[in-house]
Amino acid sequence: MTNLELQKTAVKVRKGIIDGVHAAKAGHPGGSLSAAEVFTYLYFEEMNIDPKDPKKADRDRFVLSKGHTAPGLYAALANRGFFPVEDLLTLRHIGSHLQGHPCIQHTPGIDASSGSLGQGISVATGMALSAKLSNEDYRVYTLLGDGEIQEGQVWEAAMFAGSHNLDNLVVIVDNNNLQIDGTIEEVNSPYPITDKFAAFNFHVIAVEDGNDFDQLRAAFKEARETKGMPTAIVMKTVKGKGVSYMENAVGWHGKAPNDEEYAIAIEELKKAEEALCQK
Amino acid sequence: MSEVKKVATRESYGNALAELGAEHEDLVVLDADLAAATKTGIFKKAFPDRHIDCGIAESNMVGIATGLALTGKVPFCSSFAMFAAGRTFEQIRNSVGYPHANVKIGATHAGISVGEDGATHQCNEDIALMRTIPGMTIINPSDDVEAKAAVKAAYEMEGPVYLRFGRLAVPVINDTPDYKFEIGKGIVLKEGTDVTLIATGLEVNESLEAAKMLEADGVSVEVINIHTIKPLDVDLIAKTAAKTGKVVTVEEHSIIGGLGSAVAEVLAEKQPAKLLRIGVEDRFGESGPAVKLLEKYELDAAGIYKKVKAFL
Repeated sequence: MTNLELQKTAVKVRKGIIDGVHAAKAGHPGGSLSAAEVFTYLYFEEMNIDPKDPKKADRDRFVLSKGHTAPGLYAALANRGFFPVEDLLTLRHIGSHLQGHPCIQHTPGIDASSGSLGQGISVATGMALSAKLSNEDYRVYTLLGDGEIQEGQVWEAAMFAGSHNLDNLVVIVDNNNLQIDGTIEEVNSPYPITDKFAAFNFHVIAVEDGNDFDQLRAAFKEARETKGMPTAIVMKTVKGKGVSYMENAVGWHGKAPNDEEYAIAIEELKKAEEALCQK
Repeated sequence: MSEVKKVATRESYGNALAELGAEHEDLVVLDADLAAATKTGIFKKAFPDRHIDCGIAESNMVGIATGLALTGKVPFCSSFAMFAAGRTFEQIRNSVGYPHANVKIGATHAGISVGEDGATHQCNEDIALMRTIPGMTIINPSDDVEAKAAVKAAYEMEGPVYLRFGRLAVPVINDTPDYKFEIGKGIVLKEGTDVTLIATGLEVNESLEAAKMLEADGVSVEVINIHTIKPLDVDLIAKTAAKTGKVVTVEEHSIIGGLGSAVAEVLAEKQPAKLLRIGVEDRFGESGPAVKLLEKYELDAAGIYKKVKAFL
């Protein structure tokens, strides 16, 4: 896909996030929006997957360690064809296959249940180890929040991955700098994030703008070429990206827009789409 | 009298893994720096490439096991019960239980028979913790024969299993031609009419010995081995409760939340009967030789005999 096509897709993913969270009257828009580009890049460009055969054995795996941003993952999966886009409106409803956090039994395309922070990276690491044990060449990707890396288990997993040279594992940190109680520095600073992963024997790629497809493309290419050690992509992003009043606003971590706010968000996304269509 | 053969069930675990590993390439064993003690070292010696030492990081080990299970391997992850069930409860609940991942947890050094290490390492709460997780199978084998059969059965079934093993060498009691292990099926070891001893783990043998002492006093004792705590053999328990009207549970675990509680639930809902729960009272353990501790906590045959006499 060209960058323009990816950008247009990312707008659709953002619309899916806003539609879903609005319909659910609950959920986590901020961290879903900050990761809209990386969700899009993984599912439309990077990963070996087949929406018609979600369980195919040699597929690349993705574990959403920051499971609360499921609306972003669901929107990417739906737009990629794993299930109808209309399903996004059933997010968090009783009987929906779209649970508040990813669930492997319910949703096509989900490779691991996640949501309790710090656990997904271990599961992803186990998958990467599994590929090495049976000489399979699939790759494993996992997305973590920058607040999530305050969990000690993240560093247990990082130590293991580095120690076992799992070069088929890519750990992505969505560094939008905000968590529920404030900025990550105010709460319990995990900085310097890049140095920490380097100390755990990762090849570290610092992405200055994780909402930019050129930079994501270069980072994932470099990760693919990295041998003998796992890769950490630490990408700076804007929480709430794409919806003006949500951007860098800590209050939009886990809150749904009301009808009025929803209309504004949809209008902004429509304009963004139109602007891309002019290109 | 000939010497009774004694084997610690952790030893059985290691041997069973090595035997199964030879037949099944998808079996992978994880440990957390305790391979010598959990006896997964036996497997490691035979299959070093399929033994993964995760170091002293049990929470991550459970996640690694889940990742292996979700990609087609059958992982057995091992540590002391305190860490395998205690430290990682939430990992087992969310990473293993919720997706019903095919992860087997081999927890050794359960109960106070850990001995000298004392209370920090004597896990009397693991069955209680594991029972609350939907879809979890819990097996607490009574001897070498049963432990090996349990490991094999755990491998063969799909879904999470918690296997509970001990450090102390215990008598082999199931080496009989008609012994048959089936998950969820209790075993009537001895029929009787006055009282039923429902025991699990190493307390099965102690209960058999206590029954002999009670029989000498003219008490007719039924002894049942409940190796599978979950799913529980509800029918067998209700049946024996109806028959004897007096039930005693015996376990090397807290009387809160384990076999005693599980049986109490059956009696309360299905078949009311008098109940005595023998186990570790609501307290922590302490250091000492395992056999002395079992004696002090009245979990040996003499202690069971004394408590049952008072109960009758």
